[in-house]
Amino acid sequence: MSDTTDLATYAMRLGDNALVLGQRLATWTGHGPSLEEDLASTNVALDLIGHARLWLAYAAQCEGRGRDADALAFTRDARAFTNVLLVERPNGDYAQTIVRQFFFDAWHLLVLRALCASRDARIAAIAEKAALEVTYHVKRSGDWMIRLGDGTDESHARMRVAIDDAWPYTAELFAMDAVDDAMVARGIGCDLAALHAPWRTYVETVLTDATLAFPTDGVMHGGGRAGVHTESFSYLLAEMQSVARSVPAERW
Amino acid sequence: MAATIEPSVADVFAWLDAVPDPEIPVISIRDLGIVRDVWWSGEGMERTLTISITPTYVGCPAMRVIEADIVAALSARGVAHTNVEMRLAPAWTTDWLTANGREKLRAYGISPPRPRDLAADPRALDLVALLGTLEERAACPRCGSLDVALVTRFGSTPCKAQYRCVTCREPFDHFKAH
Repeated sequence: MSDTTDLATYAMRLGDNALVLGQRLATWTGHGPSLEEDLASTNVALDLIGHARLWLAYAAQCEGRGRDADALAFTRDARAFTNVLLVERPNGDYAQTIVRQFFFDAWHLLVLRALCASRDARIAAIAEKAALEVTYHVKRSGDWMIRLGDGTDESHARMRVAIDDAWPYTAELFAMDAVDDAMVARGIGCDLAALHAPWRTYVETVLTDATLAFPTDGVMHGGGRAGVHTESFSYLLAEMQSVARSVPAERW
Repeated sequence: MAATIEPSVADVFAWLDAVPDPEIPVISIRDLGIVRDVWWSGEGMERTLTISITPTYVGCPAMRVIEADIVAALSARGVAHTNVEMRLAPAWTTDWLTANGREKLRAYGISPPRPRDLAADPRALDLVALLGTLEERAACPRCGSLDVALVTRFGSTPCKAQYRCVTCREPFDHFKAH
């Protein structure tokens, strides 16, 4: 692949993660378990969709095929989406939403902080901006891990189920492929494998505070970054894209 | 034929001081520290005034409103061609809020952000250390007490958190250090 193709893929992956998780969280709007949580999840969704717009605009510019951020978000089919599987996991109950969020937030903050040192000025600028916002995301989701894990018997039991459910999707966050290797070699991307240890350390600290056991690795899933998604993803995409696809030339 | 109006950059900055933040109208967009640069370019009929602003939070819906408000304010002053440019780097921080802006926030009932702790290495990967030192130090805008309790990290706008004063029981918004 050419240099700009790798760069476009790299930016697209960051954008797709933010977009898909933002869309998942947005569906909590008006349905949150409390007014404060409704506002918080909506705010986090807003931040993520804002990041997605910046990453996808850069991806579109790098690929140079005349598409813009909206075209990438609303006209691609599932096979062309490069997000990790974790972010497309269904919302489930609030334990599942929080565990998915916490595993992602802690990884996201590490990635963004590492990308602040990118040799690509645009990537470094977006990462620096986004890292400030994501710092609040991980504080919030970490607080809820502890509150629910060290809460009632019911909340603790639900958190255990949620952790077992999400854990097999965490390995994909740290898997390096040819695009990552090329980006690291050029000083643009970050070494995901090197972030695994700091991520585990932080997750373990929070799980301990939450009186929750650290899970063991079993069969781990992946493939999202290569466009192989889970069944629920097609429903998310259909809902997210339906208006843009039914009136493609409309502006509002 | 009317003479072409070309106000000075200093005049434009002064006018932008009168453009309120749409979400917190007691402070102006200059108090907020988001106006980065102003310059003229082009010749003749194409002469254009560019205002460079930086987003507070990238997904904040107020940014679109601010853009429109800037164009409207300058158009009212007779500037025909205005271009609003969004500049990402360096990233906006609450340290750019003016002293005047902080005082206006406090008087309005919003606890202003404290200066950020710049000692920490922005690229360090130890999240336990990083996040352990992130606790906000809000002060009650009503009685000044530092004995306050966090209600939620995300308030009515992306830039604010909600607190409650333990001393005087007042609930209040806190502008997060960012």
